[in-house]
Amino acid sequence: MWVAALLLATLLGTGLVFLSPDRYAGKLAAAVSAVPALGSIYMYWVYLTQYGGTGNALLSPADIAFGQQIPWITLGELEVSYYVGLDGISMPLLALTTVLTTLAIVSAWTPIDERQSQFYGLMLFMEVSLIGVFSALDFFLWFVFWEGVLIPMYLLIGVWGGPRRKYAAIKFFVYTNVASLVMFAGLFALVFSTDLTSLSLPAMAEAFRTASGLPTIAGVNLMTISFIMMFFGFAVKVPVFPLHTWLPDAHVEAPTPVSVMLAGVLLKMGTYALLRFNFTMLADTARQLAVPLAIIGVVSVIYGAMLALAQRDLKRIVAYSSISSMGYVILGLVAFTPYGMGGATFQMIAHGLISGLMFMAVGVIYNTTHTRMVGDMSGLADRMPWTVGIFVAAAFGYMGLPLMAGFAGEYFIFQGSFNAPTLGGAAPVLTSLAMFGIVIVAGYLLWAMQRTLFGAFSLETDYEVSPAAFHDVAPLAVLLLLVIALGVAPDLSFAMIQDSISPVLEIGGGA
Amino acid sequence: MVALPDWMALAPALSLALASLVLLLADSIDPDSTNTGLLAGISGVGSLLSFGFAGWFITAGTGMANDTGVALFNNQLVIDQMALFFMAIVGSVTTLVVLASYDYIASHDYQAEFFSLVLLSATGMSLLSAANSLATAFIALELVSLPSYALVAFLKHNKGSVEAGLKYFLIGAVSSAVLAYGISLVYAATGVLRFDGVATAISSGTIQTISEGSIQAQSGDPAVPMAILGVGILMIIGGVAFKTASVPFHFWAPEAYEGAPAPISAFLSSASKAAGFVLAFRVFAVAFPIDDLLAAGGAINWVMAFQILAIATMFIGNFAAATQETVKRMLAYSSVGHAGYVLIGLAAVSGSGEGLSLSLSAGMSHLLVYGFMNTGAFLFIALAEYWGVGRRFEDYNGLGKEAPVACAAMTVFLFSLAGLPIGGGFFSKFYLFSATLNVGAWSLAAALIINSALSLFYYSRVVKAMWIEEPNGSRTIESYPMGLYTAVVGAAVVTVLLVPGFNRVSEIAFQAAQLL
Repeated sequence: MWVAALLLATLLGTGLVFLSPDRYAGKLAAAVSAVPALGSIYMYWVYLTQYGGTGNALLSPADIAFGQQIPWITLGELEVSYYVGLDGISMPLLALTTVLTTLAIVSAWTPIDERQSQFYGLMLFMEVSLIGVFSALDFFLWFVFWEGVLIPMYLLIGVWGGPRRKYAAIKFFVYTNVASLVMFAGLFALVFSTDLTSLSLPAMAEAFRTASGLPTIAGVNLMTISFIMMFFGFAVKVPVFPLHTWLPDAHVEAPTPVSVMLAGVLLKMGTYALLRFNFTMLADTARQLAVPLAIIGVVSVIYGAMLALAQRDLKRIVAYSSISSMGYVILGLVAFTPYGMGGATFQMIAHGLISGLMFMAVGVIYNTTHTRMVGDMSGLADRMPWTVGIFVAAAFGYMGLPLMAGFAGEYFIFQGSFNAPTLGGAAPVLTSLAMFGIVIVAGYLLWAMQRTLFGAFSLETDYEVSPAAFHDVAPLAVLLLLVIALGVAPDLSFAMIQDSISPVLEIGGGA
Repeated sequence: MVALPDWMALAPALSLALASLVLLLADSIDPDSTNTGLLAGISGVGSLLSFGFAGWFITAGTGMANDTGVALFNNQLVIDQMALFFMAIVGSVTTLVVLASYDYIASHDYQAEFFSLVLLSATGMSLLSAANSLATAFIALELVSLPSYALVAFLKHNKGSVEAGLKYFLIGAVSSAVLAYGISLVYAATGVLRFDGVATAISSGTIQTISEGSIQAQSGDPAVPMAILGVGILMIIGGVAFKTASVPFHFWAPEAYEGAPAPISAFLSSASKAAGFVLAFRVFAVAFPIDDLLAAGGAINWVMAFQILAIATMFIGNFAAATQETVKRMLAYSSVGHAGYVLIGLAAVSGSGEGLSLSLSAGMSHLLVYGFMNTGAFLFIALAEYWGVGRRFEDYNGLGKEAPVACAAMTVFLFSLAGLPIGGGFFSKFYLFSATLNVGAWSLAAALIINSALSLFYYSRVVKAMWIEEPNGSRTIESYPMGLYTAVVGAAVVTVLLVPGFNRVSEIAFQAAQLL
């Protein structure tokens, strides 16, 4: 019931905001989005206190929290139902989504000044879809929400974006949609070769795990082919090298609040889906392919960081560094160890908060200076002390300063992958290489901060630079507090994540 | 409870026919004055009644009491679930078209004739849904076609419209001749015109005759000449391909849809296509059962023929749509592409029984969803034409700012046509997809996926123009016509409601296909 309530409340609010006059749209949207945010925080608290030790939603359906199932469609023999529920993996992601949406909406008050009711309406529509993606437990329902994220995102980039918004929007749209279709085809090849009669994710997990006698195509087992097709589909969303080229374009052109959502939540859709489908349902295949997948992850880490090093645009720097950070998640997932997989999931949350924070801070600076180029400005610290202070803190969080969430996430991943049995002898090498990525991150972030924030004040443009408004800085402060809270007490979410990860590690024959 | 007389089963078709006659009567009372409201009202009541009757009969279970449905006129017409399903599609599309035409033709002459022709054509479609013999099917088909030739050329001072009408008529006449010849060959080979009789002839291998309503083998048990039958079937495939705008007889469609008044394009591309498909479904599923045909050493495997046609139609329609410069023509080609999707209903068939029901009902479900989303899209074009917006993609730039409600509806149609799960289109495409995988027709499944991806590209060009591009030039929208808006928004609402409601549609379609 709770999930349905979140979905319905947000959907109603979406309609309300679409119809509201532009002047009130921003305030109204913030109020509307506060409902699912508070709701999910309450659910988080309930989960934390009442659902200790709850298992994985896909592997032990009896343990699902806040579950609800209603039959929906019957297509021939396939049964589709409205089936939602949460476990320790989706609960933190749901909370991340709702909280970040509210903050992103508040941060949009300053930069968004045209067609406001449509902008906020689309943001809320996206929130509905995102809530659905993280809570749906039926493939059909999940896919409806998954694709539902695409449409508002496409319009948000295309209408309110920067100069090259049309190119960026269509590139985003084409990349992710083609990826979805490849994934869809790959998954359904499996569905139809295993005599499934239900499309619920637990049923699929069960059927794929026990599937035998699958056909082979050109000597390769169908399971492997499907795994690769699905990995491709989700990897575009993550994104990993070499499927990442839509990301910098989308980020640079998107308005700041949209970048926040893109980096903070949308990329996590990819890794969440990888964890649910590839690494839970097809765990055996994932174990077999662990080394090549880990290499893809490590290459993303290093390559993303190198690309970030070469940028002058602050937003591009953060965008490329996201590729790098998501590479860690892949490395953690393939490790198939409690710390590796748990850390990867934790890193999704941590990166969601930190990259959201970074984009928001860059946005606040841009609202004032109207430039994002590193060479164009310096000495902002004097003029915007609060903003710059938080920006520096966030950057250190990104570099992995202990007691911040980024450190915890990356530490867990390295801890888990260094001795990962799935990676065998390659584990220490790959992990060390990935660790080197942190050094590069520190390099470009320190360089960028030094040039823009410190030293004597100068600015190429003529804009008056003064401290940002309270409602611009407040979301930054909230995010920073969350980053620190999760860094000091990772168990706020790491405990529930591990409870839901451990069943995944127990299944399958591998290692 | 009083049982209705049997002929009442034809009420969906009768109400359309009656309304068209009332229109002519109303016009002849005072030929010099035109009351658009009255004319559209009569047509609207007629088409709504038709839809209402069909819906009522479906829910009341007409045609499900026994496996043959209500048979009329010596089995020449059969009203079963399949017939009612398509009568409902025709009724709903006609209602939308009439509603939109109220504004669209307000400034034209010969309105009574216009509405009357629309309803006559719809009557033909309704009858075609129930036709149970090649002869009635052919007559119904002509009743569909002849008024629609006139309708396409309705804007008689517009060169494009007249040219389109003439092309449509010429190609239509040729394909009618092909179909008639095909029917005559089938008759020559089997001795009967009734679908069930043809099937008996094929399964028994002897030429049949009908005496006193029952099918019997002709005296002397002459064998069915399979080669002649094969040629006949091939020609019937050709006739069907014309009516459904499928490859290789698709090339009239873009011309006709572009030149015709936009509500008529909507009517032809949705209702007329559906009527073509019901004929195909019935003829091939009932009269030419594939198992018997192959067992009897039939010269033609129509499943394979439809597989080739489906794939070719999907690719040609979608690739051509992707290269168009005008919105209406793009939609016209996309409608060819959708014919390809529906053809999967006949192409993903494995024998008779369950496999046949699944693929047929997938095709039927797609036609119903398509009836709303495609009609809606063409009616949006009608709205744009009403406003004097140009024909090219660029002319739609920034329309979203001036008419957000209509453009939001159009966005729903386009994304639903592309198969995004915002409307029923995703579900019906998925149903088709599962039908292809059910029989292991990987090539069809791949074609469906590839073309869906491609179609998103050209549909989103319109979305991009409406919402993302800045308006160019000085276009002012002065009025928001009630009828057109109601039709467009109504179609959009139904398209969205088909997301939660798709289950009911697929269930009814599946039952209908099973009872066939």
